[in-house]
Amino acid sequence: MTALLVVLVLVLLSVALWQLSKIFALTQIGKKSTDESSQVAGDNDNRVNGYLMFGFLAFIYLITIICIVKYGSYPLMSNSASEHGIEVDQLMWISMILIFFVQTVTQALLHYYAYKYSGKKGQVAAYISDNNKLEFIWSAIPAIVLAVLIFFGLYAWTDIMFINEKEEKPIVIEVYAQQFKWTARYAGEDNVLGKANVRLIEGVNTLGVDLADPNAQDDIVTEELHIPKGKKVIFKIRSQDVLHSMYMPHFRAQMNCVPGMVTQFAFTPIMTTQEMRDTPEMIEKVDNINAIRTKKSKELEAQGKTGLDPYTFDYLILCNKICGSSHYNMQMKVVVDEPQEYQKWLKEKTTLVQAVKNAAKADAAAAAGTTPSDSTATKPDTTVVAQAK
Amino acid sequence: MSHAHDLHIDDHAHDHHHKDTFITKYIFSIDHKMISKQYLLTGIIMGIIGVGMSLLFRMQLAWPEESFKVFKFFLGERMAPDGVMTNEAYLALITIHGTIMVFFVLTAALSGTFSNLLIPLQLGARDMASGFLNMVSYWLFFLSSVIMVVSLFVESGPASAGWTIYPPLSALPQAIPGSGLGMTLWLVSMAIFIASSLLGSLNYIVTVLNLRTKGMSMTRMPLTIWAFFITAVIGVISFPVLLSAALLLIMDRSFGTSFFLSDIYLAGEVLDYQGGSPVLFEHLFWFLGHPEVYIILLPALGITSEVIATNARKPIFGYRAMIMSILAIAFLSTIVWGHHMFISGMNPFLGSVFTFTTLLIAIPSAVKAFNYITTIWKGNLQMNPAMLFSIGLVSTFITGGLTGIILGDSTLDINVHDTYFVVAHFHLVMGISALYGMFAGIYHWFPRMYGRMLNKNLGYVHFWVTAICAYGVFFPMHFIGMAGLPRRYYTNTNFPIFDDMQDVNVVITIFALIGGAFQLVFIYNFFSSIFFGEKAPQNPWRSNTLEWTAPVEHMHGNWPGEIPEVHRWPYDYSKPGHDEDFVPQNVPMKPGEEVLHH
Repeated sequence: MTALLVVLVLVLLSVALWQLSKIFALTQIGKKSTDESSQVAGDNDNRVNGYLMFGFLAFIYLITIICIVKYGSYPLMSNSASEHGIEVDQLMWISMILIFFVQTVTQALLHYYAYKYSGKKGQVAAYISDNNKLEFIWSAIPAIVLAVLIFFGLYAWTDIMFINEKEEKPIVIEVYAQQFKWTARYAGEDNVLGKANVRLIEGVNTLGVDLADPNAQDDIVTEELHIPKGKKVIFKIRSQDVLHSMYMPHFRAQMNCVPGMVTQFAFTPIMTTQEMRDTPEMIEKVDNINAIRTKKSKELEAQGKTGLDPYTFDYLILCNKICGSSHYNMQMKVVVDEPQEYQKWLKEKTTLVQAVKNAAKADAAAAAGTTPSDSTATKPDTTVVAQAK
Repeated sequence: MSHAHDLHIDDHAHDHHHKDTFITKYIFSIDHKMISKQYLLTGIIMGIIGVGMSLLFRMQLAWPEESFKVFKFFLGERMAPDGVMTNEAYLALITIHGTIMVFFVLTAALSGTFSNLLIPLQLGARDMASGFLNMVSYWLFFLSSVIMVVSLFVESGPASAGWTIYPPLSALPQAIPGSGLGMTLWLVSMAIFIASSLLGSLNYIVTVLNLRTKGMSMTRMPLTIWAFFITAVIGVISFPVLLSAALLLIMDRSFGTSFFLSDIYLAGEVLDYQGGSPVLFEHLFWFLGHPEVYIILLPALGITSEVIATNARKPIFGYRAMIMSILAIAFLSTIVWGHHMFISGMNPFLGSVFTFTTLLIAIPSAVKAFNYITTIWKGNLQMNPAMLFSIGLVSTFITGGLTGIILGDSTLDINVHDTYFVVAHFHLVMGISALYGMFAGIYHWFPRMYGRMLNKNLGYVHFWVTAICAYGVFFPMHFIGMAGLPRRYYTNTNFPIFDDMQDVNVVITIFALIGGAFQLVFIYNFFSSIFFGEKAPQNPWRSNTLEWTAPVEHMHGNWPGEIPEVHRWPYDYSKPGHDEDFVPQNVPMKPGEEVLHH
């Protein structure tokens, strides 16, 4: 029945539309075809839209100011936690100020002219077609400005990306990515990572380290990344499955993790986690976040759900290359310690080789049936199945 | 002259009425004007799908994991159980949104509509060089659109690896469900799409080079044609590389080769791939991917050049400089792809080279922007909707283009790569700008396509709300991007450090929803005007180019009788010594009349 009604309505509608079009067509017959159409902008349209253009300039300025006032504290352009980050921030400031200036001026010209020269009957446009001098000027000025930016940019880039490992002797740490977690491997006393390949993944050895390699004997695998303040660290980055990206925004550091090859990124942290927490900017930010979280907690609790924990700042690695369903929750805590704390933390960790031996022992014991239940408890999680949401 | 023609038209139109069946006229048409309309309609439908998807995932970002009836309605129980969008549905939506908008709307529909309509009409040709190829090109595009839409309904979901489909994620169904049948259909669709695009481009190039009317030298061509021509050339150079990437990926996916895969351990087992590299895929992809940006943008800029000059009643400033800048952009666009890969693990030295070439593009871009502004200066601006969209394009082109200086600089890219800063940048400079160009083209040439006028007041409402919303959506994104917020996150709630930015996401989404809703004004205007719009006069915008000398009623061959001959460049607006403020290209030079452009 409803279907029939719908069909009926549709039929009637189309008849109505057809009739309407006929009427429109009839109204057109009497009219002589002219060069004029009521749908072409007239003086009134020109004036109104001219004013609106001027208003739109105000809108662009307004939204810029509002964003800077309200969101101006978000951008990471100061308070860098790494040495090279200071250089990056400087270049960012220079570029931003330049962009801001050009944006302000060109938008003003564009919208002001659109307002000022909005059309009137009887007004005649100037017949100007070109001017080579002007073209030269506005090619040359950007060229010079860009040359300066390119120079500074490439200077910084070279400084950041080209590392002489023999001379600088950075601490070598492997960052290992997989769907959807991060793992770190420290090179140990010899500061050389043992060879590794995913084909060697077995049991506790989740990173596929070649346990026979002499360099691998002192390697340490951890779930948390600690680095010492003031020492250059070079990250050797591997991926087990798909592309990931090791993104550490507070250190102005990022590098993709590519299966089948080792990529690298190096930096020197200059602020411990505690020092960063104590900076006025961070205190303000964290207070603000906690105010939001408290408010939200109350709402949640009112609904009978559990509230949110208060937040304390920690450096993070985020995954910044789409890597699968849970890409949005692939993170690792990074801690910058004073060098002696870092040494202490690292010393407490067992080496991978030892961990493998322990696991084998536990397995053997389990097989013999002496310690039935707790053998698996010491074994780290070896499954690599995606952590479903 | 016009009277004699009118008589002739009726004869001609009558003639063809008998020959054309419904199928040859409206479906398998080989007439460039009909093909252009087919492209436009398909593009509008794909555009509605693409923009609609973005509204859905924007809602998820503003109100994460909340239940909405619209989610349930559009996504169904599997992708939105109880009305809550799943993370997999989110990734599918962003992937298909990107694919549809970049390829189907802003490449195929923009070029397909206006290259097809304008190349023969503005050059004074009876039709494209090959009407048959043109028809095949459209129907391949249609087929690829259908396959892409069909992939949305596959059990395991459509492609979800981002529109850049980087392997191994896109190669291995174990890595993400969307990389199963959905990805296969994506690749098939794109392979067909590329074939369509290549056929179209070849046709455009041949037509421009061979079928110009008498007197239409290359330096008398309207800038629209220059833009379409160079766009087609870039397409022919770069699209085959994407095709090869797609084919190699198909080999890896289905035939066990290892072009892009190596040393992978997934779902508890080692996969049998050795020696390939995903970085190779990135190179192949971006060798198209970056020129693609200009394949999208140049036609929009070409349309803008024409619309601004016509409505400013003033010659385009620096005609030759505009051509030179198009050529420079085209050349540079093929040697900058590496700036998408600064942190991909490629040799940092290459990063230096690509920084250098990338920042060079700012120079021709600046030339274009300044030329537009100078064209407006001292004009007599007719504020038609097309003109508003063109001015809007210049505005977003500047706002979005300037942040390219940051992203093109490898040092600064380290920290904003793949964040919302990038999203803001490319949406403004290429997404919104190209959409504005497309809208400008539709408002300007609608009378030529359908013989009727679009309603201008609806056009004004459409422009102003869109313009405000475009800035409202993308301007705040720069700030959260620079705060290190990665793109393509289903929700940010797992990172308390981003908690203070949640309200920015809400603001962005509200602007997006309003802007999206007001596109309905355009849709209504477009479809109702096709049937009920005011009948268009011969030359409503008082334009110089040849398409306005052709009869309003469409006919095969475009002009009854002789094709008009061209005697001057297309930008003689407000030329002293003439009664009208425009002098069409087919008007002979007066004795002693000065030629101003050199």
